[in-house]
Amino acid sequence: MKTFDYAKADSPEAAVAAVGTGTKFIAGGTNLLDLMKLQIETPDKLVDISRLDLAQIEEREDGGLTIGALVPNSDLAADPRVVEHYAVLSRALLAGASGQLRNKASTGGNLLQRTRCYYFYDTAMPCNKREPGTGCSAIGGFNRILAVLGTSEQCIATHPSDMAVAMRALDATIVTLKADGDRRRISIHEFYRLPGDTPEIETVLEPGELITHVELPAPPKGNQIYRKVRDRASYAFALVSVAGVLSVEDGKIASASFAFGGLGPMPWRDAAVEAALVGKAPSDAVFEAAATALLADAKGYGSNDFKIPLARRVLIACLRDLTGAAS
Amino acid sequence: MSNSTNLTMDKPTPTSLLDTGAQGLIGEPLQRTEGPLKVSGNATYAAEYALEKVAYGVLVGSDFTLGKITKVDAESVKSLPGVIDVVTDFDSFARNPQQGGETKAPTQGVEDVAYRGEIVAIVVAESFEAARDAAHRVVVEHDAPKAEGRYDFETQRHKTDKPADDQIPAHFSQGDLAGAMAEAPHVLDVTYTTPSQNSAAMEPHATTAHWDEDGILNIYGAYQMPSSDKQQLAKALGVSASKVRIIARYIGGGFGSKLGIAPEAVAAAIAARQLGRPVKCVMARSQVFEATVRRSNTEQRMRLGADAQGKLTAIGHDSLVSNLDGEDFFEPCGMATHFLYAAENREINHDMVRLDWLLAGSMRAPGEAVGQLALECAMDELAEAIGIDPIELRHINEPDCDPETQVPFSSRQLTRCLDEGARKFGWDKRAAPGTTRDGEWLVGLGVAAAARGNMLQKSAAKVTINVLGKATVETDMTDIGTGTYTILGQIAGELLGIPLEDVEVKLGDTNSPPGAGSGGSWGAGSSGSSVYLACENLREQIAEKMGVAAEGLTLKDGHAIGDNRRVSLSELVGDRGLSAEGAIAPGKQEKDTRQSSYGAHFAEVGVNTTTGEVRVRRMLGVFAAGRILNEKTARSQCLGGMTFGIGAALTEDLIHDPRNGKLVNRDLAEYHVPVNADVPQLDVVFLEERDVHANPLHAKGIGELGISGAGAAIANAVYNACGVRVRDFPITLDKILDGLPAM
Repeated sequence: MKTFDYAKADSPEAAVAAVGTGTKFIAGGTNLLDLMKLQIETPDKLVDISRLDLAQIEEREDGGLTIGALVPNSDLAADPRVVEHYAVLSRALLAGASGQLRNKASTGGNLLQRTRCYYFYDTAMPCNKREPGTGCSAIGGFNRILAVLGTSEQCIATHPSDMAVAMRALDATIVTLKADGDRRRISIHEFYRLPGDTPEIETVLEPGELITHVELPAPPKGNQIYRKVRDRASYAFALVSVAGVLSVEDGKIASASFAFGGLGPMPWRDAAVEAALVGKAPSDAVFEAAATALLADAKGYGSNDFKIPLARRVLIACLRDLTGAAS
Repeated sequence: MSNSTNLTMDKPTPTSLLDTGAQGLIGEPLQRTEGPLKVSGNATYAAEYALEKVAYGVLVGSDFTLGKITKVDAESVKSLPGVIDVVTDFDSFARNPQQGGETKAPTQGVEDVAYRGEIVAIVVAESFEAARDAAHRVVVEHDAPKAEGRYDFETQRHKTDKPADDQIPAHFSQGDLAGAMAEAPHVLDVTYTTPSQNSAAMEPHATTAHWDEDGILNIYGAYQMPSSDKQQLAKALGVSASKVRIIARYIGGGFGSKLGIAPEAVAAAIAARQLGRPVKCVMARSQVFEATVRRSNTEQRMRLGADAQGKLTAIGHDSLVSNLDGEDFFEPCGMATHFLYAAENREINHDMVRLDWLLAGSMRAPGEAVGQLALECAMDELAEAIGIDPIELRHINEPDCDPETQVPFSSRQLTRCLDEGARKFGWDKRAAPGTTRDGEWLVGLGVAAAARGNMLQKSAAKVTINVLGKATVETDMTDIGTGTYTILGQIAGELLGIPLEDVEVKLGDTNSPPGAGSGGSWGAGSSGSSVYLACENLREQIAEKMGVAAEGLTLKDGHAIGDNRRVSLSELVGDRGLSAEGAIAPGKQEKDTRQSSYGAHFAEVGVNTTTGEVRVRRMLGVFAAGRILNEKTARSQCLGGMTFGIGAALTEDLIHDPRNGKLVNRDLAEYHVPVNADVPQLDVVFLEERDVHANPLHAKGIGELGISGAGAAIANAVYNACGVRVRDFPITLDKILDGLPAM
């Protein structure tokens, strides 16, 4: 671990004001500290935001929830309003990490987890995300856990979060405070960036911009599901995960919202999947069409090829569950 | 009277004093005596000794391979705050750990880097953090490699050499295998592969090295076999073994990875000598993966031929394994194949593929753990092909003596284990493959035999009774989490009639008599026998003081009873106390009988019809391993072994990047050992057994029996569940997906 400066902030405004070059905010530290020990992250300064007053979950007048950035994953998963109205989020949180980690991990930090790509974690290997311009070791290497959608020739990393996948299916909005004191609200659909030629830039956050809240819109109609497929029963990242919200009216799919983990460099959502579903009567043919839409541009890199048929099967199973269609 | 009793196992020991002891300790499911210390953080592990002026060492591994080091650029980091020095010694540093039990130094010399991650320097600093930061910044310059790296097993698999005979012969042949295969009405010829694995012990390799004012090197180390480790380390450092003391009182798991001296101990000892102060060095988890020892990957071709009734006429087991140049150890996959089933025509071969990967060596049940994945899956496949129950197939092929040497089995209850397990597990509920469904899951049952060769090693112990009537047991035997402290206390307490709380067991210090160390499941039998013999000697001394024959003496609750008198041990032994040494050594019984522990594993698994995910639903192991000394610690050993079996079957896969030999998954996030959620209810049953040929305890090894065959039962259950036979371990979902019904 490289030596670094440390400052404790007592307000969001003070936190952003304390930012200089090479500064990172630290809350639970469940990902950042590991990366610092391995010198994958080498900040010059940490601004500790863990004591800020951002750990509440509040209902808004429009029926939605405003979640403080410091709400621990455990608390968010157990909140009765989340359990009842946003079950997909509660289940996604509980599918992630371990009890101890969920107690420490914050809502804002979870959104900003770095990839678990093996080569990102190995400072002796080239990695464009860690050291831009050095190359991608995962392409042509072992890439079992890596992405099949949204990749570039520079990077095929996946985003590891479960929570963020559910948030994307729920159309969450991320509220921030910028270094200049401005606030902004960013749709989760615009929050993450594809790797392209700059895989080191993962979100639209500007330097020193602090996530203060995440807003969920009013509870969606219909049934919700989160299904995570992984190599062991717990404490493993998703090979494929599906967050789904779907309602059926008059025998037809009235609304559908699907996001996917383990497939892309960001929590993945594709309007074509929903377009293939909405207005149709549930049937295996319709589900197949949705899966085809999702995976039309999927590209395997060898050891992750299996994710493509796996994602197809899991999406179809989720659609059957959500619509009550028997297989 | 001599106060030492030695026994070489040349003859059986028909009676055991453990059967006539009066204290009632043997076999009881007693809690481990050091448990409270461990759970309260008061058991001191290697890296926890707070020595004065201790400095912190962090190892530098090579990030290249097959180049000659031209420079270790240390100057830039020496000026960093807190950094004391960067120590290198290209000739003396250990290239890789030594194997267990060897008395030679580990392979030394690190200038020509043999594999990626090889330890080439140690950074020493006033704090761990400073050392870690500096170690990260050290630049190791090197030449271009002289040879092309051999990083890909697939491209190297045709270039083999025949390793030197080791625990078993590399090659073995009896009869005419090819002829028998050609004639057999039922034949199976299939190949299984298993990947490299890592022991992944909870405690990483760790050493605190301290040269004291007398020039003695004191090593507080996480080591399984201090007696031989001491000799290995002394030779590596060029000092007399009498100048090295190893202290290994508590060890956070070893599973073979801590059998031999590893690079961190050599580096820490050299740095401590050079700097004149104690140096503590704990390997980073990535270094444990990269620079200690792995279980070899294997490719195992199984050939079975059987007559119409299922009687085996041919068994062929050909293994390809791998190791570094110059290393003799080969994974002895065919170990149990030599004696598990009868068949006239047999070939059991091991050939070596040389790779520029880290050392391959012992990991829990070397040979059996992966060998029985192949053999026991093959038996399942053959039973299916013949159309008989796999348990019946094993009955048909149960040999009445060793099928190769014709010597008798010392004790063997394999078929009883299978039958007892079948009854208890509900084996009769097993249906045709792919026909049992529970919601989205296909459910299947599987069975496999377990066998692990029983070994006895030289072991010595000293037992003392003091004026308070309390006993002390001393040996440099270790407790790596297995229960040694407890069972040695039980044996001494039983034979001396002293309550367990009045028996102090002191382990893991080479100043004590040399014990067997922990490995090969020989610990309890070997070190327990040495304690037994010391106590036998003490009983004779006590009998003499009582004026009775030893046979007429009863020792119970701190008292000697004989000739109608009851005298306290305290009074009998007086101020000077009594002491005795015991030593056991293997003898002719090793060759005169075939010694092994046996068992049967049963597994029920679910295979998800959508995803191919496999989850174990329940397991049962029925074991016969001679006398069970402590029902609880023995059971725990079996549970741990069965859990290893789940990992071997389903999750563990140490991946070498074929482009450069680098380990891809060198942390516990991506090297998947089973977590709690992967381990369902596991049941363990022990059959009553005594083995008079094994040792005076009549006990056999158990630490590795639980893993042997466990993974095969799971693999066979996967097949029974979904009809997909995966021969490439671990059975991850991607290997099942294609065989599942369409959605």
